[in-house]
Amino acid sequence: MSLTPVSPREDLFDVAVIGAGVVGCAVVRRFALAGAKAILIEKGADILCGASKANSAILHTGFDAPPSSLELALIRAGRQEYLEIHESRNLPLVRTGALVCAWNDDEAERLESIAETGRANGIDGLTLLSGAEARRTMPALSDRLAAALEVRDEHVIDPWSAPLAYLSEAVALGARFLRQAELLAGRFDDIWHLETSAGPVSARAVVNTAGLHGDTVDERLGFAPEFRIKPRKGQFVVLDKAAARHVPRIVLPVPTEITKGIVVCPTAFGNVLIGPTAEEQEDRNRAAVDARTLQALLARGSEIVPALAGMPVTAVYAGLRPATESKAYRIFVRREKRAITLGGIRSTGLSSALGLARHALELHATFAAPLAPPQTAPPVPVPNLAETRERDWQRPDHGEIVCHCELVTRREIEAALESPVPPGDFGGLRRRTRAGMGRCQGFYCHARLAEMTKGRLATPLAVDAEDRNR
Amino acid sequence: MSGTDADVIIIGGGPSGVAAGLELRRRGVEKIVLLEREAQLGGATRHCSHSPFGMREFGRVYFGASYGRRLEEEAQKHGVDVRTGHSVVGLGMDGSVEVATHRGVEAMTARRIMVTTGAREQPRAARLLPGDRPIGILTTGTLQAYVAFHGLMPFRRPLIVGSELVSLSAVLTCLTHGARPVAVVETRPHALARAPLSWFPGLVGIPFRKGVEILDILGSSRVEAVTLRCDARSETLACDGVLLTGVFTPESALFLQSPLGVDAGSAGPAVDQDGRLANPLYFAGGNVLRAVETGGWAFREGRAVGAAIAQDLESGSPAADHVSVSYEDPVKLVVPALVRRRDIRSAALRQFQLRFLRKARGTLSLTIDGRTVWHGRGRWLPERRILVPIPDSAQDARHIGFRFAEEP
Repeated sequence: MSLTPVSPREDLFDVAVIGAGVVGCAVVRRFALAGAKAILIEKGADILCGASKANSAILHTGFDAPPSSLELALIRAGRQEYLEIHESRNLPLVRTGALVCAWNDDEAERLESIAETGRANGIDGLTLLSGAEARRTMPALSDRLAAALEVRDEHVIDPWSAPLAYLSEAVALGARFLRQAELLAGRFDDIWHLETSAGPVSARAVVNTAGLHGDTVDERLGFAPEFRIKPRKGQFVVLDKAAARHVPRIVLPVPTEITKGIVVCPTAFGNVLIGPTAEEQEDRNRAAVDARTLQALLARGSEIVPALAGMPVTAVYAGLRPATESKAYRIFVRREKRAITLGGIRSTGLSSALGLARHALELHATFAAPLAPPQTAPPVPVPNLAETRERDWQRPDHGEIVCHCELVTRREIEAALESPVPPGDFGGLRRRTRAGMGRCQGFYCHARLAEMTKGRLATPLAVDAEDRNR
Repeated sequence: MSGTDADVIIIGGGPSGVAAGLELRRRGVEKIVLLEREAQLGGATRHCSHSPFGMREFGRVYFGASYGRRLEEEAQKHGVDVRTGHSVVGLGMDGSVEVATHRGVEAMTARRIMVTTGAREQPRAARLLPGDRPIGILTTGTLQAYVAFHGLMPFRRPLIVGSELVSLSAVLTCLTHGARPVAVVETRPHALARAPLSWFPGLVGIPFRKGVEILDILGSSRVEAVTLRCDARSETLACDGVLLTGVFTPESALFLQSPLGVDAGSAGPAVDQDGRLANPLYFAGGNVLRAVETGGWAFREGRAVGAAIAQDLESGSPAADHVSVSYEDPVKLVVPALVRRRDIRSAALRQFQLRFLRKARGTLSLTIDGRTVWHGRGRWLPERRILVPIPDSAQDARHIGFRFAEEP
C-alpha cells in the first residue's frame, strides 16, 4: 500500500483543504457532499496529527460560549448535524450530561449567571442543584461540593472516529487525501498553484484549516497575517477503566477569567480523563508532559472525586490548542482570491466542526461559481470503539483478540490497515482501533502489532534488520 | 458439580495456573478448565530469556517457549481442559466468568475460580515519565516478545532504565540482537540487583549511573534523545529508544474492575493463607498476588493453592472469618493480607511475603494481639523478598500487624 493513495498532480480541484484535523475532515466532507472535487492535504502521516488528537472529547452544547457569537452558532449547528448523522455512521453518543461544580460560596453565586448565559444561548436542560442534589446524580463527587449547574445535553463522543468518518465519507464521494504533504507556498492566478512537499496541487479555491499552523499557512498563501497562533498546551491523565464507575458524568469547574479549568470526565472508551492544563508556549510542535503537572492533575482529580485516589494511570498525553490573540474564532474570507481561513479553533472544534464546514461552504458560495449537483452516497459507517455500543470482540469470527486490555480483534486491525483511509503512523492505528491504548500500553500486544504493521507505517515499530548491526 | 461448567476454572496458563490445574487433578478434582487468552501456555516464560525454567518441577531445564510446551503436555496428560484463545473479560461475584473467544462472548460458571494472570512491567504512562511520546519507549517484556516471537528489534541504541535482575536480562537481549545500549540508569541511589550481577553493564562497557532523574524524553516520531540529571548536572544522551525495565505490577485488571477489588499495597487481590479472597469462591496464586517472583516460585505457589482448593471442595464446610494484616510505611505489601480462622499448618502459604518501598534500616516486627511474635533487625532493601513464618497463633488472632521501628 502507499501512504499517498492517489496522484493528484494532473487534476484541477474545486477546493483544496489544508490541514487534516477535525475541521479539515469535516470541511472536505461538506464540499464533497456539495459536489465539489475536493482534496485534503496534510503535512503529517495521518489525520489528527495536531490539535485534534488531544481534547476532552465532549460534544458541547455551547451553554458557556460567548452570547451571539459565531462560535456559538457554529457549535450549535455542528452539534445538531452530529446528532443527525452519528447513528448512520456508527458514531457513539454517550449521554452523560455535565455538572458545573461550585466548590465554595463564591463559585456557587456565579452559577446563576452561567445558567442565565446558557438560557440566553438557547440551551435547554439547565438546572441549578444544591450540592446534595448534584451528588445524588453522581454519588462519588466530594462532599465539599457546594452547588452545581446541571447541563443535561453535554455529551461524550469518540474524538478520533468522528473525523475519520467525515473523511471516509468524503473519500467515498471521490475526495482525495494527500498526506505527508506540507504546504510550502501558494500562488493565485485565477487558480491556486499550491506547492507541497509531495508535489504541486491546483485548485480553484483554498480553505485553510491548518490549526496550529493556520497563521503560517496564511503567510505561505501570500496573505498578510491577520492573527498569530499562540499555542496553549493541555496535559491530560487517563485513568484505568475501573475508575469509570465513579464518574458517570462530565464534571466541569466554574470557569475563571483565565481558564476553563480542569475537567473530570468519562470517555466513550470507558476510561476517566482528568485535564487539561492551560500552559502558554511558543513551540507549535512539541507537546511534552511533565511529572509534576501530571501529579497535580491526579491530586485535583481525587479532590473532586475522592474514589479516584490511587486509581492506576492508563495513559498520559498532552496536546496544543491553537489559541490566538483573541478568544473568538478567526475566520477570514479573501473573495478575490477564493480563499477561506478557519483559524483559532480551540477546544470547541470537535463540537463545531460540522458547523464550520457548512459555514465554509456558504462563504465559498459568495465568491465561487456554483458547484456540480450535490452528490449522494450511502453513509460510511466506521468501526465502533465505544464501550456503550457493541464492539467487534463481542461478535463471532473476529479471528482473535490481539490487544487484550482494549479487546481489539485481528479483524479490526486488518480492517483498519485495509481501509480507504488507512493509518499512516502508529498513533493513527491506535486511534482507529484502540490497540495498545489500554492499561498495559502494549506490553502484551506491541510486538504483534509491529509484525502486523510491517511496511505500513511512516515510522515503523521495528527497525530494519540490515541496519541493526550498523 | 451440579449446574456448573467446571469444578474449577483457572484463568491464566502460566506456571502457577498450570501447576494449580495439575495439583487439582492429582487430588481427584474432576473437571478443571484452564482459560488462556494467548495461543500457547507459558505466560511470561514464553519470552523470558534470562533464566531457565523447570528444574525443580520437571527435573530438567527449559528455555523460553519449550517450557510452555512442557506445561501444555503435562496439562493434557493429566486431563486439564486447556482452552487457549479464551480471554476472560469479567468476573461475577457468584463463581461466573465472562469469556471472549473467536465465537463471541459466553458465560461460564464453576464451583471455584482461580485467577493466575501473572504480572507485567509498568509502562511509561503509569510511571509519569516526562517528555514527548514518540515510539520506541517500551518494556523488557515487550522487547523480548519482539525478539522471541517475531525476530524484530524496536531500536538499536536504547537507554535502559532500571537495575533489577530483569534489567540485566534486557542488556543481554540487546547485545545478542544487534542493539547497543547507550547507558543503563537507575533513579534510585543504588542498584536493585545484587552485586556482582549489578556490575554486569560496566563489564560489557555500558555506562551505569545511579541516582539519575529523567528530565525529558525527546523525539517527534521516534525517540531521539533523553535528558538526564545526574549529580546535579544535566546531560542529553542521543538514543533511539527507551527500555523501561522492572517495576512489575500484578496484571489484576479483572479484580480491579470487579467488586472484588485489589489490595492497596500489592495491587493484586487480597488473599488469605490459602490464596483465597474474602469472597470464598475466588482464589489466586502466582505473580498476580505480588510482583514479582520467579517462574519456579509461581509454579510452587500455584500448586499449593490448587491443593487448598481441592481440600476446600472436599470438606464442603463454609469459609471461616478472616482478619486483615495491617502494616505501615516503609512496608510496601504483605501477602497474604488476610488470615482466616483455620489451620495454618495445612495452609498453602506458610509465610508472609513482604516487600519494602524503599531502603530502610531498623527493626521489623510481627505482632499478634499486641504481642510481638517475630522480629528482625537490619537493612531492608526494596524489591527484595522478605519471608516471615505465619505462626500457628495467627489463626485465632484478632489483630495481626507488621510494625517497623526505623533507625537513622
